[in-house]
Amino acid sequence: MIPIYKKDYKKYAEKTAQKSNVLVCCIKAFLVGGAICTFAQWLYNMFITRLGEENTRLLVPVVLIFLTALTTGLGWFDKLAKHAGGGTLVPITGFANAISSAAIDSKNEGWVLGLGSKIFTIAGPVILYGTLASVIYGVVLYLLKLAGAGGA
Amino acid sequence: MSKNDMIFKFENKPAIYSVGTVAGKKEWEGALPGIYDCHCDDDTFGMPTWEQSESEMQRLALNHALAKLAWDDGKLGLLFAGDLINQCTSSGYGLLDFDVPFLGLFGACSTLAEGIIMTAFTVNAGYVNAAAAVTSSHNCSAERQFRFPVEYGGQRTPTSQWTVTGAGAFIVGRRSLLDIEEKLIEAKNASQSQPSPLFTHVRIAEAMPGRSIECGMNDANNMGAAMAPAAGDTLLRYFTVSGTKPSDYDLIITGDLGYEGHRLTGELLAQKGIHLGNNFADCGLLIYDRERQDMHAGGSGCACSALVMGAYILPKIERGELRNVLFIGTGALMSQMSVQQGLPIPAIAHLVRLIYE
Repeated sequence: MIPIYKKDYKKYAEKTAQKSNVLVCCIKAFLVGGAICTFAQWLYNMFITRLGEENTRLLVPVVLIFLTALTTGLGWFDKLAKHAGGGTLVPITGFANAISSAAIDSKNEGWVLGLGSKIFTIAGPVILYGTLASVIYGVVLYLLKLAGAGGA
Repeated sequence: MSKNDMIFKFENKPAIYSVGTVAGKKEWEGALPGIYDCHCDDDTFGMPTWEQSESEMQRLALNHALAKLAWDDGKLGLLFAGDLINQCTSSGYGLLDFDVPFLGLFGACSTLAEGIIMTAFTVNAGYVNAAAAVTSSHNCSAERQFRFPVEYGGQRTPTSQWTVTGAGAFIVGRRSLLDIEEKLIEAKNASQSQPSPLFTHVRIAEAMPGRSIECGMNDANNMGAAMAPAAGDTLLRYFTVSGTKPSDYDLIITGDLGYEGHRLTGELLAQKGIHLGNNFADCGLLIYDRERQDMHAGGSGCACSALVMGAYILPKIERGELRNVLFIGTGALMSQMSVQQGLPIPAIAHLVRLIYE
């Protein structure tokens, strides 16, 4: 029997599939992501007068990470992220959520083989390739400096 | 038409007597609210892990189905059960309490149809007087296994479907069992208020198991499109071999094609000159209020068809509102590993014809 599907079925199915409304998604992501960054800037302004620049640079992400982990545990974060998309993913909140949600999820499989090995299942690639990218960046910078030094 | 295009006819017409359905919160509040035998507001069913919650749902579902008949498990000759979790552990653990020979099944979301076919085979052949088909799926255990952690903040595509939390147990028995008939009538008169009562008129007439069909789709967020060719293939074979047309049936209902798969199946069959009309429905589109509950393309999972068929369609057949129904259980036979390796998703669709008699 001739297969029921057309040869270009995949193309057709993908072309006719329902699409996300990119404009609405972008606006939501901009508003939520912007709000998170504004909040972080407000924290920065609060801390810098009292604690100095070095402590502030450390504390602002710590507060954001803590709040993300807390709201992830309470089951609120994914409800916001569903609408915000990149708005919650791009700031450090996305990274914190990836780690804390994986930790919550895998705790039943034990501390070592569960939580220990699965906590970085989503964040792991970011850490690996982020580190790799920074090494490459470092080498490029070093070579540029060498070239710059030679030129001078 | 190949020589394997065979419709299995059950001349002894095994009957579906009793169904137990267990639903999660979203299903209980969905488009078919409050029709299930039991539900749990936090989806845990009192268990510490999601996998155990799913097992507990299977246990509850089969207990409900047996309780309606006032049976103990000794009356069942065989259990056919399956689920989505690796090695079907939800069924293995969930059915520990029952002292019945157990045959595990894997048909992904088509497990219910597969189970009903297997019970019909064994009951029709006379090997057992009664057998049960049990299946379950849990949104959280499925998310964990196939996608992301439950609390991960990701966005789902409009084509993605929501795995249904629930379980269903279908008890299939021989029509000629006199003591069953008497008990049935007794029990039926006694408990009119039950959400889904006992059935005395629902028969399994025919079955056509599906073939594994792959059509190049490798997007795990668009399972409906992956399963549509399988559903279309089975329906096309069935219509060709039986010489019938869609309008001969009161209802043609697929398991969990969702919005995308439902649309594509209709289009594929239309190309072959078979036009499905308003009697073409899908359990995945019926179970949730897609707009209000933000369910994207609809429901999926083994429990999707189990809940809709058990608590909504079978009672309609029992009341005589539907007299000739084609139920096509659809499943995507992929694993997380096959998807990561970029392999296209094979799909399957098993057809069961249910009649009022």
